[in-house]
Amino acid sequence: MASYFDMGGYAGYVWPSYAVTAIVLVALFVATWRGLKNRERTLETLLATRGPRRRRAARQEAPAPEAVNTASTTEETSR
Amino acid sequence: MNALLAVIRRDLRLALRQGSDSMMVVAFFVLTVVLFPFGVGPESGILERVAAGVLWVTALLASMLSLDRLFQTDYEDGSLDLLTMAPMPLSVIVLGKVAAHWLTTGLPLILAAPVLAVLLNMNSEGFGVLIAAMAVGTPTLSLIGAVGAALVLGARRGGVLLSLLVLPLYIPVLIFGVSAIDAAVMGFEYRAQLLIMGAMLLVSLALCPWATGAALRQAVE
Amino acid sequence: MHRFANPNRFLKLANAILPWSNGVLVVSLLAGLALALVWSPGDYQQGDTVRIMYVHVPAAWMGMFAYVAMAVASAVALIWKHPLADLAGRATAPVGAAFTFVCLVTGALWGKPMWGTWWVWDARLTSMLILLFLYFGYMALHNAFDDPQRGAKAAAVLALVGVVNVPIIKFSVDWWNTLHQPASVVRMDGPAVDPSMLWPLLVMGLAFKAFYVSVVLLRIKAEIADAKIRALRMSEIHG
Repeated sequence: MASYFDMGGYAGYVWPSYAVTAIVLVALFVATWRGLKNRERTLETLLATRGPRRRRAARQEAPAPEAVNTASTTEETSR
Repeated sequence: MNALLAVIRRDLRLALRQGSDSMMVVAFFVLTVVLFPFGVGPESGILERVAAGVLWVTALLASMLSLDRLFQTDYEDGSLDLLTMAPMPLSVIVLGKVAAHWLTTGLPLILAAPVLAVLLNMNSEGFGVLIAAMAVGTPTLSLIGAVGAALVLGARRGGVLLSLLVLPLYIPVLIFGVSAIDAAVMGFEYRAQLLIMGAMLLVSLALCPWATGAALRQAVE
Repeated sequence: MHRFANPNRFLKLANAILPWSNGVLVVSLLAGLALALVWSPGDYQQGDTVRIMYVHVPAAWMGMFAYVAMAVASAVALIWKHPLADLAGRATAPVGAAFTFVCLVTGALWGKPMWGTWWVWDARLTSMLILLFLYFGYMALHNAFDDPQRGAKAAAVLALVGVVNVPIIKFSVDWWNTLHQPASVVRMDGPAVDPSMLWPLLVMGLAFKAFYVSVVLLRIKAEIADAKIRALRMSEIHG
């Protein structure tokens, strides 16, 4: 077992490579996931604060007409 | 063709009237190069070795220095709107402006380079190739730089952003420019490097005016 | 073309794809790690360092693939003014930058024991570094304007200009003498890699691809949510 983890003497190079890959990719995934959840929560609260009639309307044709138009204008959000 | 010459003449006249721009570029070039003997020590062996690289890197930075003014003034006073509406292709206008930019910054750099090469103890074998490489390389720099300058029009912190965009694209010119001079100094064949630089000039001559035009068009929209 | 510009239709599609890409990601990642770290033998020349290849090469593939995808999205956005293409390009850039970064770091960790140096200034490594800077430039340019639409267009033009770098990376090992080994998997006359090394490589490649698909879809969903939030806020301001 110890000889396996030694990687033929190259443990100092093999394991850090995998560690760096894992850290970068997991961090990216977590950041993406949390960014999405944050925005969905904001969207929910925004929709909830509006009148129920408008909320239903917004849910049914969810991209309100202006949302379609501005879909290309992405935000300068902090990311 | 007439339109091209008209644009060049206009930009040259503007540059001459405002003066100082190309003087500033050359002054920056000379001063930065002069800093190096203090930085790496005045031994002629070291200076001789790094001369080609120092000259190219500082020339790169110097030609970038004036880039943000390439379209900025036209953008601010609205003449860019008129130029984009002119009946000739926008890439021709861009070509004219780039040519004017090269005449006011690239050409003075080429003239100043041999003098600085002497100061850096560069082997005299390299002088001819230095001038040839710069003559082929600096127009490429102006062409690539024009794309960046058009992209950052109206951006926040445009100057810093410009260097982030343009410097990575300058690297190939730098690599082959330096290696041509190094080859000549050491007595090797240097034609291949110059030919590759010529190829880069032709490619950027074909693509950059078009890309710059696209960037300008969406800047004035 | 504009049929898919409807964010709702896209969201439906994305939600249908996501479970699959996540599933493929988990399965192929586990299988790939098992193949790469346990099943595959060490190389007779490079010993166990060859295991670095199973993350290094897929990361390089995806770093380049993401750039091409970003450039295609940029072209679509510029030519057809397709709103989702803008979002796709913007969502791809950080993922591609992450892959390129991983490729460079693992490459350095591989180069140290094999070449005796962390870094050499050859064409392959330099052009990969330029790729990373292009990603950074794209992201910086995207965020540099007060009008986000302006940033999207400027960044799209930059992405297209930077495409010249991709063939340089691909062929740099064939065109220049370099320490970096030549292409051995994607070749005209079939892969020159032993199956015991090819399988872990391909499975890890699949895992990286699935990761890319999942993350980009999630990021596009976030961008769409962003656009909706902005639209709602705007309509609140304007009554």
